[in-house]
Amino acid sequence: MSAPLIRADALEKRYGTRAVLRDVSFGVEPGGVLVVTGPNGSGKTTLLRLLVGLAAPSRGSLEIAVDRRRIGFVGHESLVYRDLTALENLDLYGRLYRVGERRERIGMLLERFGLWEARRLRVSAYSRGMTQRLALCRALLHQPELVVLDEPHSALDTEGAALLDEELTTLAAAGDHTLVVATHEPGRLAALTTGRLALGVA
Amino acid sequence: MSAYLGDVAALARKDLRLELRARDTLPAMVLFVVATLVVFHFALPGGASDDAAYGLLWVALVFTALLGLGRSWVPEGESGALDGLVLATSDRSAIWLGKVLATLAFLGAAEIVALPAFALFFAPLDGPALAGVALASVGICAVGSLVSAMAAAARGREVLLPLLFLPLAIPLVVGGVGSSVSPEPATYLAFLGLYDAVFAILSWAAFEYVVTE
Amino acid sequence: MSIRNPSLSALAALAVVLGGVSVAMIFFVAPEDADQGLSQKIFYVHVPIALTAYLCFGIGAWKAFRLLLTRGERYDLESYTGIHQGTIFGALTLVTGSIWAKASWGVWWTWSSNQLVLFLVLFLFYCAYFMLRFSVESGPRRERISAVYALFGLALIPVSFFAIRLASDFIHPTVFTREGPQMTDSMFAAFCASWAAITLLAYVMYRTELAGKRTDLNLRELREALVR
Repeated sequence: MSAPLIRADALEKRYGTRAVLRDVSFGVEPGGVLVVTGPNGSGKTTLLRLLVGLAAPSRGSLEIAVDRRRIGFVGHESLVYRDLTALENLDLYGRLYRVGERRERIGMLLERFGLWEARRLRVSAYSRGMTQRLALCRALLHQPELVVLDEPHSALDTEGAALLDEELTTLAAAGDHTLVVATHEPGRLAALTTGRLALGVA
Repeated sequence: MSAYLGDVAALARKDLRLELRARDTLPAMVLFVVATLVVFHFALPGGASDDAAYGLLWVALVFTALLGLGRSWVPEGESGALDGLVLATSDRSAIWLGKVLATLAFLGAAEIVALPAFALFFAPLDGPALAGVALASVGICAVGSLVSAMAAAARGREVLLPLLFLPLAIPLVVGGVGSSVSPEPATYLAFLGLYDAVFAILSWAAFEYVVTE
Repeated sequence: MSIRNPSLSALAALAVVLGGVSVAMIFFVAPEDADQGLSQKIFYVHVPIALTAYLCFGIGAWKAFRLLLTRGERYDLESYTGIHQGTIFGALTLVTGSIWAKASWGVWWTWSSNQLVLFLVLFLFYCAYFMLRFSVESGPRRERISAVYALFGLALIPVSFFAIRLASDFIHPTVFTREGPQMTDSMFAAFCASWAAITLLAYVMYRTELAGKRTDLNLRELREALVR
């Protein structure tokens, strides 16, 4: 048994008096894949924002044994600039994350997610699915140890979803990546899943 | 240190690139400041002294800056890019400093048009007056970038920003007007320098708290 | 938590007694001012109120600083209450200052009183603080943003004070001064009594408002829990 990478104990998140998340406890081993399920409004997004550090828990403890900049995050929003091209967006993030051999890494990711042809197009001209692919590139750019994905299949077409599943499988197989995925389709990741967390409405 | 400055440069360059592409801030600022000066001509009574005109110049500059500041965090808000920057930067104050440099570039560009226009329409500007404009611009952008990040987190940010910003800008107007009209501008320039130092350090240190929980 | 708070009630009673004593001292012990006559008596109220307002703003900023340092949720309410009391006493400073200006110079407002101008600036600043609070969703983000703005207020007080003094050089070549002759011992005693009474009153108001706000919050949490 290795020490858990994520250890959450009696997590609670409230906004004002409204509790969004109540009494959530779980642990994730390094290299594990945690699948988070739950109906709309059960706090999946809030939980993931806590994990990446965009929000702080109101009560309970959350320990994450990864430097915060070694986390990759795919959220509901793409987190990229709409009036920059894919290349410019990834270059900016690559600089901020201090990615080595930035150009090669960006080219490789764009190629893999089928955006190479559209790399000089502004994101505002992208379809929703293409934007989601770019969001995945952005999240994986710095080879994060922990990848947190919030309904990553949404907006992707069949091909994009298959690409994503393939990518997640590769990451999980490599063993040095830990994944936390919130999804409405837990079946897609059944083969990889090492842990499940079902959230109810708080 | 150099990595920090690299982040700042990359972030500021991103803002300049966005502006070159969308052109939705700088042309508006330039037009606004010139239009304001023209309005002032009609607002000033006939025999008004040059001193009154200098005062109005500062009103024009502050409101022009507000116009730019109001738009300064709009690109970050569009697709949650601010969250992306908060996750990616090792020191979040770099986000603030990058924004300060970008807004300073826009305000400076607007002033390059506004100051000659003012000299042409109203009264000449001497060295101390220009130094006052430069120093006050730094303070305006330092405080303004922080305050507009606060307003961006609120409902009705367009209404809120001037309310948050103007009380903080009063000392800058005092320093600016003083450096244009006083026979001893050095005191006012020193005061502007002091303001810049105090509020730049405060904003730099506080920015992290504004964008994180 | 109990609404009844015997120590607070005792302090409130003490504030009332002290207030009565200071009023008596102001009118019967302190000598009448040679130049301004009876109207100078407002000095004994105006200045302590202004000092109390500064104190409240200072407490608001200190609690804000503690919030940023420790993430302690309770400091948010304390900082807010401090600033709220400061704004109340700030508004009173403007009112009493205005009355004093009318009595001494025959106008309700004068830009030549630096203290009055400073309070106008601060009043605007802290009104914006409330606007800010009301337009951000409650939660840690609001707590932190409010705290940062409260800290800016503390920096703004001396900077504005200095700015207004500088401004009066080019706006008003002639400056009225309120510095009368040196205070006599009995004047000073009356001033101190009034100051103590008003500070105590502010403290009682602070504690009362805080208790009310906390009760309100607890009640809402309780209701939330029951509704589920």
